[in-house]
Amino acid sequence: MNPRYDVLVIGAGVVGCSVARELSRYRLSIGVLEKGPDVCMETSSRNSAVLHAGYNNKTGSLMAKFCVEGNRTFDQAAKELDIPYRRTGKLVVGFTDEDREKLEGLKEQGERNGIEGIKIVERDFIDRKAPYVGGNFAMWSPTTAILSPFQFTFGMAENAASNGARFFFDSEVTGITHGHFHGSSFVPDFQAQAGEKSSEAASGAYDPDGGYLVETKSGQFFCRWVINCAGLGSDKISSMLGIDEYTLYPCRGEYFILDRNLSHMLPLPAYPVPNIKTGGLGIHLTPTLDGNIMVGPSTEYIDSREDYSATQAVMDMLIEDGGRIFPYLKKESFIRNFAGIRPKLAPPGVGGFHDFVIERRDSLAPHAVNLVGIESPGLTSAVPIAHEVIRLMKEVEPLAENPDFNPIRRRIVTFRDKSPEEQARLIAENPDYGDIICRCETITKAEVLAAIRGPLGAKTVTGVKYRCRAMMGRCQGGYCQPKITELLMEEKGIRPEDLTYERRGSYLFTGEVREK
Amino acid sequence: MNVIQKQVIIIGGGPGGLAAAAELKKKGVEQILILEREHTPGGILRQCIHDGFGLTRFGETLSGPEYAQRFIDQVHELGIEIVTDATVIGLTEDRLVTAASRNGLLQYQADAVILTMGCRERTRGALSIPGERPSGVFTAGTAQAYINLKNKMVGKNVIILGSGDIGMIMARRMTLEGAHVQAVFEIQPYPSGLPRNIEQCLNDYHIPLYLSHTVTNIKGHNRLEAVTVSQVDEHLKSIPGTEKEYACDTLILSVGLIPENELSLMAGVTLDPRTKGAVVDEAYQTSVPGIFAAGNVLHVHDLVDFVSLEAERLADSVAAYLEHGLTPAEISIETEGLIGYTVPQKISGTRDVTLSFRPRKPMRDCWVEIRQDDTCLVRKKYSRLLPAEMENISLPADKLVSKSRIKVVTSIE
Repeated sequence: MNPRYDVLVIGAGVVGCSVARELSRYRLSIGVLEKGPDVCMETSSRNSAVLHAGYNNKTGSLMAKFCVEGNRTFDQAAKELDIPYRRTGKLVVGFTDEDREKLEGLKEQGERNGIEGIKIVERDFIDRKAPYVGGNFAMWSPTTAILSPFQFTFGMAENAASNGARFFFDSEVTGITHGHFHGSSFVPDFQAQAGEKSSEAASGAYDPDGGYLVETKSGQFFCRWVINCAGLGSDKISSMLGIDEYTLYPCRGEYFILDRNLSHMLPLPAYPVPNIKTGGLGIHLTPTLDGNIMVGPSTEYIDSREDYSATQAVMDMLIEDGGRIFPYLKKESFIRNFAGIRPKLAPPGVGGFHDFVIERRDSLAPHAVNLVGIESPGLTSAVPIAHEVIRLMKEVEPLAENPDFNPIRRRIVTFRDKSPEEQARLIAENPDYGDIICRCETITKAEVLAAIRGPLGAKTVTGVKYRCRAMMGRCQGGYCQPKITELLMEEKGIRPEDLTYERRGSYLFTGEVREK
Repeated sequence: MNVIQKQVIIIGGGPGGLAAAAELKKKGVEQILILEREHTPGGILRQCIHDGFGLTRFGETLSGPEYAQRFIDQVHELGIEIVTDATVIGLTEDRLVTAASRNGLLQYQADAVILTMGCRERTRGALSIPGERPSGVFTAGTAQAYINLKNKMVGKNVIILGSGDIGMIMARRMTLEGAHVQAVFEIQPYPSGLPRNIEQCLNDYHIPLYLSHTVTNIKGHNRLEAVTVSQVDEHLKSIPGTEKEYACDTLILSVGLIPENELSLMAGVTLDPRTKGAVVDEAYQTSVPGIFAAGNVLHVHDLVDFVSLEAERLADSVAAYLEHGLTPAEISIETEGLIGYTVPQKISGTRDVTLSFRPRKPMRDCWVEIRQDDTCLVRKKYSRLLPAEMENISLPADKLVSKSRIKVVTSIE
């Protein structure tokens, strides 16, 4: 039998990585099963990169509670995990009397949710904070921050890994079977003899020998606990666990990314008054920590869970709607577009936000915590969600603290933001810092190698990009991608035809031009 | 930090930087340093292994590396210092140059700085082509780097968007390496590359070129599977109903080059929105005194031979600048009608100059006129003008009638 884990976390997005990290505070053997080739491949890397304050969600909902808590406690997580973020505050701008009324309502909801410092402000305030942003008045949310969703997710994953959690990539879950461990063997419930079958599934009573066989595309895994953090696949995993009542409605959001040369014009996120019915927060503009601006996202219910297409109609709409709150939007400044998909529980006809499902359903799936429909504000809520998972587990069995847990993770030391003296010192210590690979973002060979060699190191082009930002600039890797692919192949011993851009099958080369 | 003094720092050891260095040295300037980010000088020519370089300059046809080698040899023979594997990461308006290298952070104070950083390619993101984001979409130059420098074949079944010269050269290159290049699509109603490349890279290999067509969708979740191509109207908008799908595993983009002016902007150099290069005077001096620019970083050239020539003209004026300073250039040059831009954009009026320009659309049997105060200073007939070709026109100083602005215009009769 393959090794038996105490806990298998399904999904290595921001929630799965947060759960894995919080679990590694305890004496548990932890496995993380991810269908993609890397951490942070779906919704976690395809969003507005905002640490929300928590006024958008209904008072009393898990969304409101965890979002507010996630925002309030983020400083601690950021400090431990070395996650770059900036409390810029945010403006939700309005134009009409109706907008003002809605903003008043939003402010009251925020106050009920326990957020401090939000207020309605007039144009002079907007002029002081963000003069290029449109709008006659706004709601000011001082605690909203921008963060790197990549660093947040990778930080938690790397910290979990260094505290003993094991990550398995290309391991899409294909089946989950409940059963019992008898010594070194596992007996599925459907094979158990009468009388031998535990009453666990029926009664929900705790049985320390109960557990799961989890079948994946990379083999079989066994565990006592399953935590469903499968994001866009969470309804399917839920069904495999025997909880058959959820259907997710994929809802695509498209974005444009603008060149850094506009960064001085947008110091903080600017949102329109949300029309919550649509299921999104409206087309907004958000600066990234690195000085780009993101415009989006649209809200479009689609059939596929993996169709990240950009469409002409939506791109046109983004330019028009984004231009209302940021009139300096020019096509010349576009460097890239991308799309993310929200795992929504709210169906198209209904819209809006359905609260997070975070549950233990002992009668259907003992030893399992089921998380379904973790959409926005999932990024902000990731740490409190993990705490809730642990609370639900502790209701069933005591968890012993791991005395060796080390909460500290350090990210790759960056070259670009350092003073000349520090840059000189970095090069003296490691000459690879003097080798600039990505010219647009000034990313050095030392950083690229750290991304490849680090804990859970990158093995795809996108993996390098997400970890160290190389290829994210205005030339989009035109200059440095050939150098980076060469380093990847050398370091990982990958044959040219096996190197992938991102997902399995996204090969870059058909082979060598000539045999050497 | 130790700051080294130099008379001239040249940023970029491609054809522009090499030609400028050699010419400066011949003019008696001693302390020249070329900073090159790659391991070997030559710039983009290193990957241009096709022939056709040097016809104007040397009267013979050379490959890119051969053309570059002639200048590299000269630079070595003249004893000009060149530091490779050094990327310039800082430039101030006071001409303090900072470069990163494995040997440390290097800082130089220069009397004059020459910008010869070349250009980069427009990307899919800049065009905002709708569709999925599979692998298999490459800019032409990146595909060229993979094939010619890294020995990696990027695909087998190819569509090319854009009729830029590198795209057409890659159509031939990939065909020669066994790929099937189905077609080249160009959104404009005219080609954007040189006629000789259409002949030698497309027609000779029976690769069709479709004008007024563009890619309107990209399909493939992992690797590229197909592109949708549509015809466009006179406003370059796709025409519904004309969509045609082409199965392919590779899309090569040859959709324009953008001068690489990040360092120029850092130093406060004013750019011309038309060329995306610096605004310069007849001495190729930018808006920041002592900082000069030539080659593709100034405006995208059609032939490297003209890059070398321009860099040599620049070197002459940098030598003059170091010796006795330059005459201020206060006469601005404007363009009208179908003239896209001129370089230089301003002149002093004290010496003969050559203006480089490109038309915005193809024209036949037309005149280009240089005017000042309603007087026609120079008039030149062209049997054809193509956006793909850079043209030069001379303006002798004694033709000028005043110090007021000059206009360059086209006329048909």
